[in-house]
Amino acid sequence: MSVIADIVIVALLLLGAGFALIGSWGLVRLPTTMERLHGPTKATTLGLGALLIASVIYFQTRLGIWTAHELLISLFLFITAPVSANMIAKVHLHRARTGAANEPVGIAGPPPRPGEQGDWATFEAPKRETPASTANS
Amino acid sequence: MIAIALPIATGCIALALLLNLWRLLRGPALGDRIVALDTMVINAIALIVLIGMIGGNDTYFEAALLLAMVGFVSTIAYCKFILRGDIVE
Repeated sequence: MSVIADIVIVALLLLGAGFALIGSWGLVRLPTTMERLHGPTKATTLGLGALLIASVIYFQTRLGIWTAHELLISLFLFITAPVSANMIAKVHLHRARTGAANEPVGIAGPPPRPGEQGDWATFEAPKRETPASTANS
Repeated sequence: MIAIALPIATGCIALALLLNLWRLLRGPALGDRIVALDTMVINAIALIVLIGMIGGNDTYFEAALLLAMVGFVSTIAYCKFILRGDIVE
């Protein structure tokens, strides 16, 4: 058991756990839903990523086995995290538009329209020239 | 050295889970609760990985992988239900 591997494992463990804690603390502290989406992304990518790399090195140095499951987990999370964040943002926009109760408005006010004409893509029907769209087919 | 760092990391993750639970109960918006549930799944995966390291057993990662998939699908299903009033149309 080399000392360098130990130091790397400890650093990655503390980094990962610290970022998971910071992400959850941000979830508690930030004032509105759109800002609260920002906090846990640190826990997902950096926090869990560092913990999984630490686990790979740990099992290699302690038991002498290579485990690939950790890399699968982090790959899966990196793919799915933007999709779920997009869906949650769509839910927030939908609830804010339909005037549901308990939707707090942030310091910057409600989200503005993206341009002069048009609306957020969530509320618009797909355009006719959009490739692979099912509009008016 | 690792024997000290592992309980510290486990304590951090447990504290993060408690903070998520506070946000889940407090709300106020529905989106906040979905974010809190999503983050709780992430922290549960981290806890499973740490338990696997403490126990020295690599079969825990199957559970972590399954939990990652179930958490993603449940988040999408919840969002889909709020947006469309139905999960599978």
